[in-house]
Amino acid sequence: MELRELHFRPLNFGRWLIWGSTALLFALLPVAFEKGFALTLMSQMGVMIIFALSYNMLLGQNGMLSFGHAVYSGLGAFFAIHAMNWIASGKLAWPISLLPVIGGLAGAFFGVIFGYLTTRRAGTPFAMITLGIGEMMYAASLMFPGFFGGEGGITGNRTAGPPLFGIPSLTFGPQMQVYLLIAVWCFACMVAMFALTQTPLGRIANAVRDNPERAEFIGYNTQRVRWLMLILSSFFAGIAGALTAINFEIVGSEFFHAARSGGVLLAAFMGGIGFFFGPIIGAVVFTFFAVALSEFTKAWQFYLGAFFVLLVMFAPGGLSSLLLMNLRVMKFRRFARLRDPYVGVLLTAMVLALGTILLIELTYHVTLDTGLGPVTRLFGIPMDTSTPGPWVLATFVLVSGAVSFDYYRRRFGERWSEIQIEIEDWIRDNPT
Amino acid sequence: MKPDRPLHPATRADAANAPALELAGVHKRFGRTEIIRGIDLAIAAGERHAIIGPNGAGKSTLFNLISGRFGVSAGRILLSGQDITNRKPYQINRLGLARSFQITNIFHRLTVFENLRCAALWSLGHRYAFWKNLNKLKDAEDRAEDLLRRVGLKRRRDTVGGLLTYAEQRALEIGITIAGGASVILLDEPTAGMSRAESRHAVELIREVTQGRTLVMVEHDMSVVFGLADLISVVVYGQVIATGTPTEIRANAAVKEAYLGQHVEAA
Repeated sequence: MELRELHFRPLNFGRWLIWGSTALLFALLPVAFEKGFALTLMSQMGVMIIFALSYNMLLGQNGMLSFGHAVYSGLGAFFAIHAMNWIASGKLAWPISLLPVIGGLAGAFFGVIFGYLTTRRAGTPFAMITLGIGEMMYAASLMFPGFFGGEGGITGNRTAGPPLFGIPSLTFGPQMQVYLLIAVWCFACMVAMFALTQTPLGRIANAVRDNPERAEFIGYNTQRVRWLMLILSSFFAGIAGALTAINFEIVGSEFFHAARSGGVLLAAFMGGIGFFFGPIIGAVVFTFFAVALSEFTKAWQFYLGAFFVLLVMFAPGGLSSLLLMNLRVMKFRRFARLRDPYVGVLLTAMVLALGTILLIELTYHVTLDTGLGPVTRLFGIPMDTSTPGPWVLATFVLVSGAVSFDYYRRRFGERWSEIQIEIEDWIRDNPT
Repeated sequence: MKPDRPLHPATRADAANAPALELAGVHKRFGRTEIIRGIDLAIAAGERHAIIGPNGAGKSTLFNLISGRFGVSAGRILLSGQDITNRKPYQINRLGLARSFQITNIFHRLTVFENLRCAALWSLGHRYAFWKNLNKLKDAEDRAEDLLRRVGLKRRRDTVGGLLTYAEQRALEIGITIAGGASVILLDEPTAGMSRAESRHAVELIREVTQGRTLVMVEHDMSVVFGLADLISVVVYGQVIATGTPTEIRANAAVKEAYLGQHVEAA
C-alpha cells in the first residue's frame, strides 16, 4: 500500500479570507468615507470593477481583444432605464434592486446576436469587427431617438419603485443606498466571475487563448467557446450598465462611445490581465483618474495616458504583476536590498512628476484658460504665466528630476534583475 | 483517377469489422500543385502503422487531411466505418481520433496538469459546462493524474507547459493526444529533435500508452519505425508506393531505390 498516494484537501482558508475581507471592506468603506463625493467615487469604482472584470473574461481569459465592449454595458443601461420608467408608470412590477438582472439579460441577449458574428473570428479580425460593431451601435443610438433618446438621452427615477424589503426609507434616493446596492452587486459579480474561471468552460477558454488550434484537436469548437464566453461576459457588462443607469438616472448615446470601450480596455490592462484580481485594481485606479483627478485638472486624460504608457513600458503585466513581483521578492527575503534603490527611485520620480505637472498645468492655463488672466494657482501658489519665472522653475524641476531619476532607475534596474535572477535560479534548483 | 469510386459498404452494422482508419482515393491540391495524388490505405484496429517517405512526400499533409486540419480535394476518409471526410477537427476528435504535432503544440501558459486535464474534459462529458466546479470533477482529476504518471511528468505537475524542456514538452504532447481516450492515435514525428536516449525513452512511452489502440505515425528515425511498427507504408511524391511489414519493406527494391537506401544499412 502506498501511503504517499493519499490525497487530502485542506479547506481553502486563504480564499475564504480574501473574499471575507473584501466583503468587509465594501461594508466599512462608507463608514470611513461618508462624504458625498467619496460615495459617488466609490459607487463608480464598484461599477467599473464589474465592467473591467467582464472585459477580462474576453481579453485575459480567452485572448479576445475587444474594442466594442461598451455595446453590451450600454444596451444593459438602456434596457434598465426603460424598465425603470416602466416600473414608475406601473407597467412593470419589478424591484429596482433587481434592475441589473434586466440589464444583464439584455447584455447577454445582444451578446448572443453580435457575438455570433464577432466570435467567428479570433485575433485581429475579431478586434476589428468589434470596433465596427461599436461604431455601428453608436450611430444607431443617434438614429433611433425613440429608444435611445437622441441627443438628450433617456432619464429615469430610481426612487420610483416600491421600497426595498417594504422598508419605507429604502428607496435608493440617498447615494449611500445606491452605493450599498452597487457594493452588493459588485461583490456577487466578483464571486460569480471568479467561480467561472474554475469551471470546465473557464479553463478551456484559457486553453483556447493559449493555442486555439490545439483546442480544436482535443474536441473543442473554439468558435463556440469564444461565443459562450462573450455571452457570459456581456451578461456582466449589462449588469454594470444597469447599475450605471441606477447611479446616474440618465443614459445617453455616449454610453456606446468608443471612449468607453477604450476605457475599460485601459482599466483592465492597467490592472493586469494575467490575474483575476488585476482588473479590480485597474478599475479603481482608472476611476480615480477619470472621476477624482478630473475634479482638479483638465489635463487628467494626459496624466492617465502618461501613466498608462509608463506602465506598459516598465510593467507590461500591469499593477497586479508589479505587486506580485514585489511580494515574491519579499517572500524570498530579498526586499531589504531593494529598499534604498526604491527610496531613490520614488523620490526622484516625484520630482520628475512635479516638474511635468507644473509644465503641463502652465501650458494648459495658457492655451485653454486665457480668459481667466495670466495668474493661476498651482499647489496653492499663485503663478504668473506671463513672466518667465514659473516656466524656468518648472523646467528646472523637470530636468533635475529627469536626470536624477534616470540615475536611480538604472541602479534600481540592476539590483532588481540581479535579485530576479537569484530567485529564478533558486526555483530552478529546487523544483516543487 | 477515381475519386468517387464505391467503397466497401461501410455502415454502422459492420463498423466492428471495418478498418480503424480507411482512406480511399484521397487527393489534395494546393492551387495547381497536387501534394497527395490518390492514396488508398486501410489500417486495421489495434495496428501500429508507420508512414515513412522522403521530405516533401506529403506525409504531414496526409495527417492534416485525416485529422481535419485541411479538407480533401477528392476521395473519402472513414474512421471505423464512419465517414469523416471534410469534417472539422473537433468533430473528428469526438469520433475517436486524436493527433500530435510535429512542432510542439501545447497550452504553454497552463500547467502540465491543466494541459492534461483540459485534454480529457470533452471525452468525460464536461464539454462547455460553466456550472460545474472543475476542482470537484474527480474523473477529470484522476485521468490527469494517471496521465501525468504514464508520460513521466509527475514531478513537473505544476510547471507551466512553456517552461518544460523539449523532451518533456514532447512527452506532454503525447499525453494531450491520448488524454481523450481516442481509439486512433496519429503521431507526427514524435521523436523529432530528440537525442538517442530520449528517443529510446519516447519509443517505450509510445508503446506503453498506445496499448490496445490503433497507432499511425509519421517518423524519420528508422530505428523508431522498425522498433514500433507492425506495418509500414512508404509515401513518395503523394502516393503510397509500398505497404508491408518491416521485413518486407527492407527487402522491397522499389522502396530502396526511392527512399531507404543508406537508412537500411544504418538500421
